[in-house]
Amino acid sequence: MIGGVLESLYGLFGEWWIIPRLIEMFVVVSIIIGFISVAAMFLIWWERKISAHIQVRFGPMRVGGWHGWAQSIADGIKLLLKEDIIPARADRPIFILAPMVVFASALAAYVVIPFGPGLIVQDLNIGILYIIAISSLAVLGIIMAGWSSNNKYAALGALRSAAQAVSYEIPLIISLLGPLLIVGSLSMTKIVEAQYVPFILVQPLAFLIYFTCAVAETNRLPFDIPEAESELVAGFHVEYSGMRFAIFFMAEYANMFVVCAIATTVFLGGWKGPLLPPVAWFLIKTFFLLFVMMWLRWTLTRTRVDQLMNVAWKVLLPLAFVNLGITGLVMLLYPVG
Amino acid sequence: MAADYAYVLFFLIIGALFVVFNIDILSRLIRPSKPNPTKLSTYECGEDPIGGPWLRIHVRYYLFALVFIIFAVETVFLFPWAIVYRSLGLFAFVEMMIFIVILLIGLAYAWATGALEWV
Repeated sequence: MIGGVLESLYGLFGEWWIIPRLIEMFVVVSIIIGFISVAAMFLIWWERKISAHIQVRFGPMRVGGWHGWAQSIADGIKLLLKEDIIPARADRPIFILAPMVVFASALAAYVVIPFGPGLIVQDLNIGILYIIAISSLAVLGIIMAGWSSNNKYAALGALRSAAQAVSYEIPLIISLLGPLLIVGSLSMTKIVEAQYVPFILVQPLAFLIYFTCAVAETNRLPFDIPEAESELVAGFHVEYSGMRFAIFFMAEYANMFVVCAIATTVFLGGWKGPLLPPVAWFLIKTFFLLFVMMWLRWTLTRTRVDQLMNVAWKVLLPLAFVNLGITGLVMLLYPVG
Repeated sequence: MAADYAYVLFFLIIGALFVVFNIDILSRLIRPSKPNPTKLSTYECGEDPIGGPWLRIHVRYYLFALVFIIFAVETVFLFPWAIVYRSLGLFAFVEMMIFIVILLIGLAYAWATGALEWV
């Protein structure tokens, strides 16, 4: 039906077809931004509740009545009302540009996330390569933020963050190549359609490597050296206040959703599942992985920086290559599977 | 084909504009703005900052960046290989294994010479 309406709209504008096209794209991007905002606010509330319950506390209970569900909304409004402080010694243009780079790269990753059959903004044929490329842009934003703050904590946090992000990116990409060998396509939709059984059963090692790297890529415990509150205060965004800080925070949760959505798409069968509608299955699987991430946070302790680099280069990278080699060999010997 | 990427460009632009809208329009209308020198000073646990952060950076970051670039370029080659693997068969497997082994020798060399040690 929507397609029909669009067709008639395009006909109406004739050679000005660009106008309905822009309106269409604007509506789509608004829906995605709305989804990110709601998901980020929900995840922040959810993380606080999970953290609290793991530590036998209650967490936020008052705002909004039922288990403090409106806490994140209240926090968001508070951040909107806070003064915007740009330190006098900061490198102003880069300081202002950094949150834009981080948020735009997080948002652009949603172009190829398949929420359901056909429910994808644009099924690019290089889907997964695109998502890896665009999400690595966030490192640039982090470096820009850390550098331009002209603050020791921020500079150290940004450097560590960059070192960590580039180190874990390699095993992450190579672990994804195992499933891609089987699928023979980079399109996110085709990856889901190719999974008659979820790839986690075929490629358990690849999933473990991917998920470890994903936790590290999003700078979460046990790999949160870049943000280590107890030594670096907050890392690269220590000088950011008010809405600028909120944008970083939102982009962080948006990125968490993206890495879990990739894991769902590539390893857990995406939107496939019985009884419930596809979108529900996709969200259930993704939010379950997000829950695991929060769970890890309170189960494992922070690693040291040398352990962190050792795990990436001396454990995960060789393992990822072994996984890729075995996958290739098995496919060569049993071409049908 | 290129039209497929209209959304990518659009998302990047709107993402940046969304940040501008929130910070410089929506928030600017309702937030206070009373700067003073103390507020605008660089944060360093309440002390006046001693020296700047733009110092020399330890060389280990550079080493890791170099190793990263080698493997990042390699993964670019691995993607097209993975896509056409089915149709190429044994040839593709042997070819890529030779390529990967050469790179792994490089990794072993970096490992042996201590480039991967975080000291």
